[in-house]
Amino acid sequence: MAGAVNLLVQSHPINSALSLIVVMGSLAAEYLLLGAEFLAAIQVIVYAGAIMVLFLITIMLLNAGKEERTKGSRIATLLGVPGVLIGGVLVAWTLLHRSDMGSVPIGALWGDPKSIARLLFHDFLLPFEVTSVLILIAIMGAVVLASRPETGARAARKDG
Amino acid sequence: MDIPLSYYLLLSGILFACGVLGFLIKRNIITIFMSIELMLNGVNLSFVAFAAHWHALSGQVFVFFVMVVAAAEAAVGLAIIIAVYRTRETLNVDQVNLLKL
Repeated sequence: MAGAVNLLVQSHPINSALSLIVVMGSLAAEYLLLGAEFLAAIQVIVYAGAIMVLFLITIMLLNAGKEERTKGSRIATLLGVPGVLIGGVLVAWTLLHRSDMGSVPIGALWGDPKSIARLLFHDFLLPFEVTSVLILIAIMGAVVLASRPETGARAARKDG
Repeated sequence: MDIPLSYYLLLSGILFACGVLGFLIKRNIITIFMSIELMLNGVNLSFVAFAAHWHALSGQVFVFFVMVVAAAEAAVGLAIIIAVYRTRETLNVDQVNLLKL
């Protein structure tokens, strides 16, 4: 949570990215506490590994400096901050006191990769395949978008 | 030792709210993308908490799908950011107000 707040406070994108890594790591620890060790490993590998490296490379590639701030309207600040505070306190109070939800035991050791794989490849086979097609389209789109505009123009000239 | 489910939901809500706040107040487009990732992570946490609470493993499979879609979205979005930066030389979303130059 401190990492999440830090992400908002920092004005430099690199610092925000590093605090986001902190958030990802602590979420992986939460998943471990909940007994989903496969998801914890996936969280570390995919989020803290792949996605954050992608973000950092983009930040360094684009040489992002400090962002300039825009001044919000005064009425929004005056009305919004108390409104957010009241809403947050209400939601937290409702969740903490009025709920008869049960509790979650720590370390149930229950989401082992074997049962997840059985669920993934039997019950959720169609979404799995659709996701693979989505990934393929995303790869192609990323390559096309990030390619140099000169090559795109040349290809267009060759076509026309 | 047991932790109440509402604590997990509260943390998930806080993470999601931080994501929304960052999405609204940040001006750097990369930071806005990181806020989106933060929102996805908050939702993932509530998915896992409910899965552990109801003993339904499909919640974790949904988290898996959310992660995959987030990875694809990050790749495409960062490619779009690079393309926008090439044509406009800025990362400020206030100055990117036209799709066409």
